[in-house]
Amino acid sequence: MTIRWKSYQNQDFYDELVKGGGRARPAAATLCKYLSSLKDKDIEERKSAAELAIHVMGVSFTVYREEGGSIDRAWPFDIVPRVIAKSEWDRIEAGLKQRVTALNMFIDDLYHEQRIVKDNVFPREVLEGSKNFRPECVGVNPPLNIWAHICGSDLVRDKNGTVYVLEDNLRVPSGVSYMLENRLVMKRVFPELFENQNILPVDNYPSQLFDMLTSLSPRKVENPEVVVLTPGIYNSAYFEHAYLAQQMGAELVQGSDLVVGDDDCVYMKTIDGLQQVDVIYRRIDDEFIDPEVFRSDSTLGVPGLMRAWRAGKVALANAPGAGVADDKVVYAFVPKMIRYYLDQDPIIENVPTYLCMHKEERDYVIANLSKLVVKPANESGGYGMLVGPHSTKKEIEKFARLIKNNPRNYIAQPTLALSTTPTLVDLHVEPRHVDLRPFTLSGDQITTTAGGLTRVALRKGSLVVNSSQGGGSKDTWIVDTGET
Amino acid sequence: MLSRVADSIYWLARYIERAENSARIVMVNANMVLDTPKGMSPGWRPLITITSSEELYDQNYSEDSERNVVKFLIGDMNNPGSILSSLWFARENVRTIRDVVPRETWESINDLHLYAKTNLRNGLSQRARYDYLKHIIAGAQQITGMLAGTMNHDTAYHFLRIGRNLERAEMTIRIIDVRSASLLPHKAELTPFENIQWMSVLKSLSGYQMYRRLMQVRVGRPAVLKFLLQTREFPRAFFHCICEVEESMRRLPHNNKTLAILAAIKETVLKADLAQLEQQALHIFIDDLELALADLTTQINNRYFVAEPSPIKQSG
Repeated sequence: MTIRWKSYQNQDFYDELVKGGGRARPAAATLCKYLSSLKDKDIEERKSAAELAIHVMGVSFTVYREEGGSIDRAWPFDIVPRVIAKSEWDRIEAGLKQRVTALNMFIDDLYHEQRIVKDNVFPREVLEGSKNFRPECVGVNPPLNIWAHICGSDLVRDKNGTVYVLEDNLRVPSGVSYMLENRLVMKRVFPELFENQNILPVDNYPSQLFDMLTSLSPRKVENPEVVVLTPGIYNSAYFEHAYLAQQMGAELVQGSDLVVGDDDCVYMKTIDGLQQVDVIYRRIDDEFIDPEVFRSDSTLGVPGLMRAWRAGKVALANAPGAGVADDKVVYAFVPKMIRYYLDQDPIIENVPTYLCMHKEERDYVIANLSKLVVKPANESGGYGMLVGPHSTKKEIEKFARLIKNNPRNYIAQPTLALSTTPTLVDLHVEPRHVDLRPFTLSGDQITTTAGGLTRVALRKGSLVVNSSQGGGSKDTWIVDTGET
Repeated sequence: MLSRVADSIYWLARYIERAENSARIVMVNANMVLDTPKGMSPGWRPLITITSSEELYDQNYSEDSERNVVKFLIGDMNNPGSILSSLWFARENVRTIRDVVPRETWESINDLHLYAKTNLRNGLSQRARYDYLKHIIAGAQQITGMLAGTMNHDTAYHFLRIGRNLERAEMTIRIIDVRSASLLPHKAELTPFENIQWMSVLKSLSGYQMYRRLMQVRVGRPAVLKFLLQTREFPRAFFHCICEVEESMRRLPHNNKTLAILAAIKETVLKADLAQLEQQALHIFIDDLELALADLTTQINNRYFVAEPSPIKQSG
């Protein structure tokens, strides 16, 4: 016996599977009991079976490399799943749907009457300082008034176990293919665990995505042409683009494969000639999708695409301009949006956030930089951040200057004690920090993945869950134990 | 299917074939140089001519030494036709269409590129070169075989066959052109060496043994030309390759123009009285074939790979 829960050291944090004293949380009981029954040899076997499965399935992520090429790396994966009780998940799911609904109403409002600004709920200066607000989208009516069709919100838990939304990703959120592959790997490695408990399935995502996309088609035809638009093989998420296209049976296209005709319709170039495209799941950022409207030096996009979209001849998911709600200052206002548009209390709260644009909060932030995490409004992937407790005096001074020069651009949050979950280290388990990215689809109905992608910081004590910086992932189980 | 995907698969096939062909001509030339009397060897320059890369070579190298030519043809990344470049391009092409070809193929191409790169030093050394090149040839053949045996023989596959056979056809006539020109002058005492050279032409195309079986005459100019240009049986014969291209082309849409060009090429080749063609006439004849192939590839390119933005017409 190699995994002993009694000696598992997790007292400083909320642990996803184990309470104090090595007792399993109810939804994780079957799993924990099973894991502790395994011998070293069994664990080793399961671990290599998982590695083999990942290799054989070709799960990889792309890292840039010299000489113009790039390489695929095997996806770092931990075989101990993270478990969430269905009763708890139901509440989170309702919270995510509520949030996305409000966000979509907000984006639509911003590009039309801007009621929320006129009613002084959302400050005009935030709107005016928004990098991702696209004047080109004003007055456009996308199908069903939905702008953010695919939303990947990052969730974290604090010391008390409360779930918070850390940020919303509404531009081109990625990771869902790894969530799907993780499950396939786990089913191969631990089939007996799936047999004996009720773990909610995730593999209907591609078909839900496809249904959502077809529901946006401007042409009411039986089989609308749906394509996935990728920047190409050098993009780090290319594996995912190819994977989703393949799973949906949709064509994977690059910008140069598409052309917009004088009739404002979008066509793809096939060996039979031009074929009309109805819905584009685009995985290219706004700035690059149409050189006629945005960056003229970009060769990734399609000249005229915005014209086609505004004319309602093609649907784009996510809609251009949806990224306005990716702004971390905008994020701070989501609870207010929920109250304003839906007249409800938010089901999931934001992480407490200080807005540097407000003088009082700014003064507090500058006085307490060594305790806080400071984030610029519109960067992603952890760029341009200050992690107070891990930074030098010089960096703190630099950020104090940056904030004073451009207060609108910065928010600050307390350093979170992210929850941990048991993770295999050699042949025993140690606590490692995790977050969770569920994916919410909005079309003629709203659906959420059962769970999502759990990212785990594989280094001891690290809070960095990003895969290019030594992070890995785990399968996420929503387990139905019958309790409500 | 998407034009870009068709384009990629066509070029994937061409690059794999090109790597294999380059490996074979280097291997055969090394052998031949050892067999030819001192002072009479055509040396290494003809390989630069066969691969149509004189200009690029002369910009980068000052003499036609074995070392230089071999380096240029095997491992020079500045030469887009080198074995290493070809495999790199093949790999980059297949990366974008991993969903179209069987997984194993992607892995094999990846492997072969990695082998060519990490063992490059062997390829450059006289002693280890044979094994290195043999591995490249076997690797390329394995990929070709895998695709034939595991991929759907659908439209994508026909683009693959077209690419491979056009690359082959071109290589065959270039080898004939250059090799026949660098042959020794007609002199009785040199006859044995002339035979060696025609044999090397056959060997450059892995055709010596099949020549023996099919033609059943001694190795000599008219019969070798007939074997390499006009037979349907030998898979590297020009006529064979053209027939394969035609067969695949029949499965593609909008093929009127390309089929017409192919028919004309076939007729030209079959009608030629090769025994009567002196060196100069042969050179002109081959030039014409090369032009016809160039015309064909332009047509394929315009017809399938570059879909014109207008006039807009809908289909399927």
